[in-house]
Amino acid sequence: MHHDHDDHDHDDHDHDHKHPHAPPQKDHDTGPVGAYELLEEAVRSLLIDKGVLTAQEIAAQVDLMDSRSPALGAKVVAKAWVDADFKKRLLADTREALREMGIDIGTLADYRTVENVPGIHNVIVCTLCSCYPKLLLGIPPAWYKSLAYRSRVVLDPRGVLEEFGVELPEGTEVRVHDSTADLRYLVLPMRPKGTRGWSEADLASLVTRDCMIGTAVPIVPKGKRKAA
Amino acid sequence: MVTRQQVKSQVTGPGNRFAPGQTVRVAERPAIGHCRTPWYLRGKTGVVASVQGTFRDPEKLAYHKPGLPRRVLYKVRFEQAAVWDNYRGPAGDHLEADIYEHWLESGSRE
Repeated sequence: MHHDHDDHDHDDHDHDHKHPHAPPQKDHDTGPVGAYELLEEAVRSLLIDKGVLTAQEIAAQVDLMDSRSPALGAKVVAKAWVDADFKKRLLADTREALREMGIDIGTLADYRTVENVPGIHNVIVCTLCSCYPKLLLGIPPAWYKSLAYRSRVVLDPRGVLEEFGVELPEGTEVRVHDSTADLRYLVLPMRPKGTRGWSEADLASLVTRDCMIGTAVPIVPKGKRKAA
Repeated sequence: MVTRQQVKSQVTGPGNRFAPGQTVRVAERPAIGHCRTPWYLRGKTGVVASVQGTFRDPEKLAYHKPGLPRRVLYKVRFEQAAVWDNYRGPAGDHLEADIYEHWLESGSRE
């Protein structure tokens, strides 16, 4: 635990000093309870009391969500890079291909994979809210949910990509996917040059979250490049 | 007496009205309540890129209805220049969105 006053010895505590006795760091929930927090608590208690769900099931679901991170998506991408048959299956039926890898994306939404190829660069957005392949990539970054990203990436995708530092070869089509309905999209980025013979784990380390949203492309660090 | 076919169409919805490659226009009308058709695409013309399957109707699901009949969902591809008057990018750029059948009309290109 981090203390702001390491020299403050509370064992021989006299009350001569003047500082207020608030803890150095407040609990995150000391503020007034918001309407949505109350609503969530009320619904959760009702579901538990009526026997629809148990507290353990809710905790397990929270744990499952926390276990999902872009590392999982990166593993999928790396496998698609080294295994052409798997890539075919991933593009044809993302749900089934993920199941092969032991990844269950649940039943709330179906998934699609869109492949970046020479001449086409894909970018994902949800202009209506913040639909995101959470069960594959984890919780979306704050900017993905921002009004600025959601409105600008459809109107001026090239401007947004420039700000993200994405440089596309001349003549590349930018294809924006607005996930407006029941499908969640994953971008399968292109395998970068200079990675021949790399292990799946090494390849996966190049695949960042943004690569799978389409606001980045995988980059091989200078020191790690191998002659192709 | 309800026929098997009627039950089936209640559950699966009608067959696809549009096929990949067909030109479609997004209906230009307001929606009451929850709706998954973005405003910026209403009245815009695109091409069906693929049929995504059938899904329970989100406009009904949002209000605790079963969402039946299911709706056919299409991936519609728009030329960016057809969506925005001042699109800053080359003519080859596209935008794709998933649009339900009841929001699509058959369209033709001028």
